[in-house]
Amino acid sequence: MATNVYHLQILNLLRKWGLSVNDKDKIKAQEVSRVVGALVKETPQPRTFIRRMQTVTLIPGDGIGPEISSAVMQIFEAAKAPIQWEERNVTAIQGPGGKWMIPPDAKESMDRNKIGLKGPLKTPIAAGHPSMNLLLRKTFDLYANVRPCVSIEGYKTPYTDVNLVTIRENTEGEYSGIEHVIVDGVVQSIKLITEQASQRIAEYAFEYARNNQRASVTAVHKANIMRMSDGLFLRKCREAAEKHKDVKFTEMYLDTVCLNMVQDPTQFDVLVMPNLYGDILSDLCAGLIGGLGVTPSGNIGANGVAIFESVHGTAPDIAGKDMANPTALLLSAVMMLQHMGLHGHAKKIKTACFDTIRDKKVLTKDLGGNSKCSEFTEAICQRVRDME
Amino acid sequence: SMIVLSRGGGGGGGGGDGSGLSSPRWQQLASRPLSLSAGLCGSEAPPARADATFKVTMVPGDGVGPELMTAVKEVFKAGDVPVEFEEFHLSEVQNMASEEKLDQVLTSMKNNKVAIKGKIHTPMEFKGELASYEMRLRRKLDLFANVVHVNSLPGYSTRHNNLDLVIIREQTEGEYSSLEHESVTGVIECLKIITREKSRRIAKFAFDYATKKGRNKVTAVHKANIMKLGDGLFLQSCAEVAQLYPKIKYENIIIDNCCMQLVQNPYQFDVLVMPNLYGNIIDNLAAGLVGGAGVVPGESYSAEYAVFETGARHPFAQAVGRNIANPTAMLLSASNMLRHLNLEYHSQMVSDAVKRVIKQGKVRTRDLGGYSTTGDFVRAVVENLRHRPVH
Repeated sequence: MATNVYHLQILNLLRKWGLSVNDKDKIKAQEVSRVVGALVKETPQPRTFIRRMQTVTLIPGDGIGPEISSAVMQIFEAAKAPIQWEERNVTAIQGPGGKWMIPPDAKESMDRNKIGLKGPLKTPIAAGHPSMNLLLRKTFDLYANVRPCVSIEGYKTPYTDVNLVTIRENTEGEYSGIEHVIVDGVVQSIKLITEQASQRIAEYAFEYARNNQRASVTAVHKANIMRMSDGLFLRKCREAAEKHKDVKFTEMYLDTVCLNMVQDPTQFDVLVMPNLYGDILSDLCAGLIGGLGVTPSGNIGANGVAIFESVHGTAPDIAGKDMANPTALLLSAVMMLQHMGLHGHAKKIKTACFDTIRDKKVLTKDLGGNSKCSEFTEAICQRVRDME
Repeated sequence: SMIVLSRGGGGGGGGGDGSGLSSPRWQQLASRPLSLSAGLCGSEAPPARADATFKVTMVPGDGVGPELMTAVKEVFKAGDVPVEFEEFHLSEVQNMASEEKLDQVLTSMKNNKVAIKGKIHTPMEFKGELASYEMRLRRKLDLFANVVHVNSLPGYSTRHNNLDLVIIREQTEGEYSSLEHESVTGVIECLKIITREKSRRIAKFAFDYATKKGRNKVTAVHKANIMKLGDGLFLQSCAEVAQLYPKIKYENIIIDNCCMQLVQNPYQFDVLVMPNLYGNIIDNLAAGLVGGAGVVPGESYSAEYAVFETGARHPFAQAVGRNIANPTAMLLSASNMLRHLNLEYHSQMVSDAVKRVIKQGKVRTRDLGGYSTTGDFVRAVVENLRHRPVH
């Protein structure tokens, strides 16, 4: 029967993603507990204390990537953040057998450092060339995409009090890539929901909520229509909620979330959802606070790997013109610092960035100002230095 | 028939009560405003009835559905609207759903062609049956096109005012195929089906709608960068159909970007056309922009039938019996239904009354920031019915 072929494909895919199908509950506790901001209580450090430098892999990316990466590096230096950058370029290469992969030195760097910061990457339009983001996601099993959306004072949008986090399952669902033409004119796309991936993301969402002092987790689903697949996802969320009774749990249909989100986003806190819904909702929420230019993002993977990134495009039209807005990458880097437990430095940089925007004197064009990227960066650096 | 035209078009310019229209009813029925090309429609037999009222199938559904229908009935009664309802209670959650019930609704629909309907709530729990009654009804009637015209209400201010966009959603295939199975323990496969036939059909519907309503642009919403074959086929079908309508601009946008743009700058859109699930998302999002599920009407069409409902379909179960539901969306939908029946005068009368009440701002339900009850609102609408506009 033809369906057996699909099953085999699916099993192979799951294996490729490192998910074994038969061993349930194989998810290791330490994997899920290593979450953004896991170290909440930062031990007060004496002023003279010199922290051990930590090395982070930096993937500047394409287009405006190098400029905004250099802006982030300057600001980190001004803030004396104990971070050492290991720059790696990522261009997909074809390995033996024609398989696309990221360059070995980039992979080796990430494997060693565990933490990465990444600018926008362009995906060459060539036959069979995979999206670079997809390749990174698969290489490091980045299963959770985390996007905090917080209204930025001074950057006016119709919404003022947004403060929520979307957590998106990032390895399966509608993005399984399994599609067939059954007969000419009839296409079947397979959405894959597994118990393991659902459990992993649900656990992560609750851990995240707990570690970041968030009060509630809302599971977003469509289990009234996709009764088995979204039903499974929802069941796993309910099970995780049972284990985390200190965090309030609600469940809501995707459509209801959209309806309520645009009317009153303040009612939401942490939202957890399968891949496609997460893709849609995370962009919708980014829209509420002003778009992808100001929204940070983090990807959490297995084995303690985490890559933080700006999710906007490479903006080739303004690349090299000193016009780009580094905010999204900078706020992603702040998320990274929080993830590494460097809350003091994170706070300092974040405050400097928000103060600069609120002040409205030095802003890049997309934020409504007239300043260059370098001027905006210097303004933030100055504020950071003033805080010393 | 000149009299009919002037009455219909002039919004009551004739000054009569409109119930004594002289032309045969079947003529009005035969000329459905939104019927598609002849090839899709087939020939329609004139309904065999000589009485002066239209029969319409009514399925109140769950949640506040019955309360909204009561509102419609009260307003219709007060306005002497020549419509008679055939009511059917079909509900999965109240144990009032069966094959027999579904057949009764279908039989009634076969005669009446037109229905007004609340949301039939779909219980979440999977009990062996993957397709809900709501979906089965849609499929049996082949209600392939859902139309939600999102229009800001004058007098009720939101974050985004003066909005005017139309969302057209394919609603018979896609993610709502009800094809799911557990391939290996712990692994569920859910099938999304996209066909060229249905993609072309909805695309054509969208362009026909745009042509008929004098709109300039149709935007196809998709995720063809990820679902290259499925959404790719949808996108290709839209592009092909677009070529037949050179006067209407055609664009496409990826669903996630579309949602982001909708909250940032919704004014860039005119008519949007999309597969099933994206339609569900955007219908709700856009309804939220102008005031929520209580204020936006919607309708579903097949080649033969028309079903009038709310734009964002929610049972709003937590409001049952509390007399707080906002009947605006259902009343506006009822008004659209009257227009579909060529009862232009009555249609205008109902929508004018509703809009006048909203604009005055004196009587508002909770969802719009007021404290009036459903009953208060309906009474205000009824009072405004007598208030005939003077042009």
